[in-house]
Amino acid sequence: MTTTLPPTTEGTATGAVGTSRTRVEGREKITGAARYTGDIPLTGLAHGSLVLSAVARGRIRSIDDAAVRAMPGVVAVLHHHNAPRVRADYPSIMGSAPDPTVRAFQDDRVPHLGWPVALVVAETPEQARAGADALAVEYETEPHDTEFRAGRADAYTVDGVVPATVEKGDLDAQLAASAVVVDASYTTPEEHHNPMEPHTCTAYWEDGRLEVLDSNQGASWTADDLAQAFSLAPGTVRVRSEHVGGGFGSKGVRVHQIAAVMAATELRRPVRVAMTRRQMFSLAGYRSPTAQRVRLGADPDGRLRALAHTSLSQTSQVYEFVEPAGAAGRVLYEAAAHHTDARIVRLDVPTPTSMRAPGMAPGSFALESALDELAERCGVDPVELRLRNEPAVGPVSGLPFAGRSLRACFEEGARRFGWAERDPRPRLRRDGRWLLGTGVAAATFHAFAVPSTAAVTAWPDGTFTVRIAAADIGTGARTALLLIAADALGVGPEQVRVRIGDSAFGPAWLAGGSAGTSSWAWAITPAAEELRERLALGAEIPADGLTVRSDSTTALAGQTPAERHSYGAQFAEVAVDPATGEVRVRRMLGMFAAGRIVNPLTARSQLVGGMVWGISMALHEEAVRDGRTGGLVGADLAGYHVASHADVDRVEADWVDDPTPGDPVGIKGVGEIGVVGAAAAVANAVRHATGVRHRQLPIRPDRVLAGEASAAAGSRAGTEPSGTGESHRA
Amino acid sequence: MKEFGYRRAADVEGAVALLDADPGARFLGGGTNLVDLMKAGVESPGLLVDIRDLPLDAIETTADGGLRIGATVTNSDLAAHPEVRRRYPALAQAVLAGASGQLRNMATVGGNLLQRTRCGYFTDLTRACNKREPGSGCSAIGGEHRNAAVLGASAHCVAVHPSDLGVALAAFDAVVTYQTAQGEGELPLADFYRPVGDTPHRETALPAGALITAVTLPPAPVRSRYRKVRERASYAFAIGSVAAALEVRDGRVQDVRLAYGAVASRPWRARKAEASLNGAAAGPEAFAAAADAELAAAAPLDDNAYKVTLIRNLTIAVLTELAEAALDEEGTAR
Repeated sequence: MTTTLPPTTEGTATGAVGTSRTRVEGREKITGAARYTGDIPLTGLAHGSLVLSAVARGRIRSIDDAAVRAMPGVVAVLHHHNAPRVRADYPSIMGSAPDPTVRAFQDDRVPHLGWPVALVVAETPEQARAGADALAVEYETEPHDTEFRAGRADAYTVDGVVPATVEKGDLDAQLAASAVVVDASYTTPEEHHNPMEPHTCTAYWEDGRLEVLDSNQGASWTADDLAQAFSLAPGTVRVRSEHVGGGFGSKGVRVHQIAAVMAATELRRPVRVAMTRRQMFSLAGYRSPTAQRVRLGADPDGRLRALAHTSLSQTSQVYEFVEPAGAAGRVLYEAAAHHTDARIVRLDVPTPTSMRAPGMAPGSFALESALDELAERCGVDPVELRLRNEPAVGPVSGLPFAGRSLRACFEEGARRFGWAERDPRPRLRRDGRWLLGTGVAAATFHAFAVPSTAAVTAWPDGTFTVRIAAADIGTGARTALLLIAADALGVGPEQVRVRIGDSAFGPAWLAGGSAGTSSWAWAITPAAEELRERLALGAEIPADGLTVRSDSTTALAGQTPAERHSYGAQFAEVAVDPATGEVRVRRMLGMFAAGRIVNPLTARSQLVGGMVWGISMALHEEAVRDGRTGGLVGADLAGYHVASHADVDRVEADWVDDPTPGDPVGIKGVGEIGVVGAAAAVANAVRHATGVRHRQLPIRPDRVLAGEASAAAGSRAGTEPSGTGESHRA
Repeated sequence: MKEFGYRRAADVEGAVALLDADPGARFLGGGTNLVDLMKAGVESPGLLVDIRDLPLDAIETTADGGLRIGATVTNSDLAAHPEVRRRYPALAQAVLAGASGQLRNMATVGGNLLQRTRCGYFTDLTRACNKREPGSGCSAIGGEHRNAAVLGASAHCVAVHPSDLGVALAAFDAVVTYQTAQGEGELPLADFYRPVGDTPHRETALPAGALITAVTLPPAPVRSRYRKVRERASYAFAIGSVAAALEVRDGRVQDVRLAYGAVASRPWRARKAEASLNGAAAGPEAFAAAADAELAAAAPLDDNAYKVTLIRNLTIAVLTELAEAALDEEGTAR
C-alpha cells in the first residue's frame, strides 16, 4: 500500500497546471472501453506468429515450410528466402542505428537465441501459433559465448547516448593524496522491462497508404522508421497508437512491426503480429547486466578529491548498445579529479536497450553504495557527506545548473523520514526476528526537450483541440498536456480536447528520456499562446476551426548551455531476518526536485512507481542466462520476479520547489528519477540492519544467508563482513 | 496449445470411466497448473474431464476426530474452514501462503497434490528434462538450480515439488483416497509420491486413471505452524518451508511432526528429526540437533547449499516458537 502526503507545493500554478486531475481516459480504461492495439477489430484480419531461433549462434540451414503451409488456416510463411527486403542502414532515434531485429528475415545469420527466423500467418491467432510451433527449421550451429563477467579481455570502449570516457584532473594524484579511499566493485544482473501490454502491431494498406496500428512510445518516430525500412515516401505511412499499456523504453520499432508490414504487403490484407510474453524476453530489449568499479578518494572529513566510475555492459553481435552506468557522478559530486569509462563486450545475446533510467539505475546503485561506504569510513553521516560534496557548477562541465535543489530534497526528506534520530552503528535495532536498518541515496536524471510540432485549433463553439504525436504509455501524459494547453489558452480544461498517438499530427518527440511532457509542452505552449492572442485580437473562427501550428526547433536551439537535471533523495527502511535471508522494505520516502510538476496526482504515481521499480531491482529482478544454450531460464512472469503488492509497504513520494531560471516551460520529467538511487537506499539500509555490505543485486535470501555466514566468520577473525562483490582496500 | 476435447463429469464413476477409456485424457480441477502447462506445450491432453461439479467439495469431521477433505474443495474454502483453522492451523497457513487469492479460489486440494514442478527446464520444451521427456537428461544439475532439491534427489532429476499444502498434509499424516474403474483405494501421503530414482516422470503411486476423491487427516497436536520463505513477500513458490506440530509436557517433547517444503521432489517428512526429538528437552539445542540429524543426508549442488542453512534455521525458529507457546500455556494453566 502507498500513502500520499500533501505536497509542499503545487508548483507555480496559476491555473490548471499544478492541480491534481484524474486521467481524462481513466473511465474508458477501467471499464474496458479503451481499445488497445490488439483490441481493434478489422475486417479480413490475419494473424502472424513469430518463430524464434532455437540456437544461440549459427546459420539457418533449411526451413521446410511445406507442411506448415498445408496446416488449417495458414496463409503464408515468411522467412529469409521469401520475405520482402528492408533497409536497416538509416539513422533512427537520436541518429542511432535501428534495432537489429528490423533486419529479420533478410539472411540466414542467427546472432542469438530467440532471433526471429520466420513468421507464420493464419486466419486465427491459434492457427498461426500452431503453425509457428510446427515449423521445421534446421541450423548449422557455431560455438556461442554468453558469459558476462568483469575483466573480459575483449571489452572495448564506445560512446553511447553519453560519451564513454570523461576525464578531469589527475585521478592517480588525487587518489594518492586522499586520506580515505573506497575501491569497490558492484554488479547488477540482466533485467527486463515487461509492460503489461505485449508489443502488438496491425498493418494494412489503404488507398496507397500504409496504415499501422501499433503499441509504441512515439507514433511519428515509428512512422519514420517504417517508411525508411521499406523505402516508402514519408507521407505514405501513418501510425496510430491511441492507448499504450506501458513501454519503459522497450516499445520502439522492432521485428513485430516489420513482420506485420511485410505480411500485409504480401497478402494485401490486414495482419496483426503480437509478441508472446516469452518472446518479449528476447525480442523486446532489456537492461544489460553491469560490472562496475567505483573508486572514491576523500579527505578525512569526507570531501571528495577523486571520483572514478567504470562500467562494463554487454551487447549483441549485431548492435553496439551501451548501458552508461558511470554518468551520475559527473553531475552529482564535486571532486578535483573525475574519471568515468563505459565499456561493452559483444556476446551471442539479444540486443539490450534503454530500460527505465538507462545507465542511471544500475550506476546509482554502485555510486550511492560507494558513497555510503565512504560515509562509514569517514564517520560522517551519509546525508551530510552528500551535502559536503555539493558542486556550485557542473563538476566536469563547469556549466551552471538550470535549477539544482538536491540540498532541499535531502533536508526536507531527512526531516520527514526522521533521519536525525538514526544511530549509524549497524545491527542495533530489532523487531522480533527482524533486524531493522535505514539507508539513503541521491538520485539524478537528465532533463531535456527535443524539437516537436503541434497544432491547436479553436472551434466556433468555444472549445479547442490540441493535436500532437505524443504518446501516453500509461503515465497520464494526455491529461498533463490538457492542463498545459488549458493554461496556455487561458481557458478551463473542460474546454480542451487533446488528441495524441497519431503520426499524421507531425513530428514529435517520443515518450522517453523523461522528456516527453517537456518536449510536447515546448511545442503546444507557443501554438496555444499565439492562438489565444489571435482570438484576443478578434480573429474570426471559421466553421472548420482556426488552427495555429508550431515547431519548437528554433526555440530549443536558443537554449543556453546548462546542466539540466532533476534530483532526488531516497530514504529506505528495511527489515532483514538473518535466519532466513528475507528482506522487506518497510518504508520508503523519495523527495524529488523535478522542475514544474504538471499533474501532482499522476506525477506522484510515476515517482512511486519508479521507487517500487527500485525495490524490485534491489531485491527481486534477475534474468538468469544458461551459458550452455545461451537462453534464459524461466523467462516468464512466474520465473522473473518483480515486487508483489505485499512487497510494497509505505512508499511516499513528494517534491520540493525547483525553479528553473530562464526556462519558460520548466518541466524536467518524472518518468525515471524515481528509480534512480532507490536500490542503493535499500542496499544501504540492509547494510545498516545487518552490518553486511551487498555489492551484488538482487539481494536474495541466499546472498543474505551467505552474508550472515561471512559476518559470523568475520567477527571471529575481526574482519569486515561482506555479502557479495568485492571491496579492494587501497 | 493443441486442440482438445472437453467433458464435464456428473459423477465420480462417470469421470473415472472417461479416463479409463482414454489414456490421453486428464482430469481438470481448478486448471491453475494444467492449463498453464498446456499453453506451454508441456501437457497436451486430447480430452479434459472437468470434475468441478462432482460432489467432492465437503469438509467433514471423522469418527476418530480427524478431518475428511473432499478433493474438489478449493484452497480458499479449505483455508477458511473453522475446523481447519482451529485444529490444523499449519494447514490453513500453508494454503494461504500459496499463490494468490484468485488462484486459491480456483485451485483444488486434489489438483494441488498433483501439480508439477516449476523447474524452469521442465516448462521449456527446448531443453532436456527427464521429468518431461524420460531419458533426455537433466538440464538443472549443470545449469540454473538455485531452487533445486537438496534431499532425496537423483542424478536424473533435482526438481522440487512446489506445493505448500502438501507440506502441511505430510506433517499431519494425511491419507489420500482415490477411485479407479476397479474401485476405491487409499495411499498414505508418505507413500503417495514415488522416490525419484531413474523415473522422475513417474511422480505418484496412483494407479493410471485414478481420481483423487478425498484427503483424510487423523487427529493432530493442536499447536502447529507453517513458515514459508520465498524470494518476495507473496505470489512466489517457496525456496524453503517448514510445517511443524508440537506437543510439550514438562519441558519435554511429547509429540512432534515436522515436514519440509521446496527441498525434495515431494513434501519431505523429517522422520529423523522427529526421532531425535522424541522425549528431548524442548529447546533450541535439541531443535538444532534434530535439523542436523535430518539434513545430514542433504546433498546440495553448487548453488543451492543455502537451503540446508535455511531449513536448519527455519526448523529451530518454528519449533522454538511452538515450544514457547506451549510453555506460555502451561504457565497460564498453573
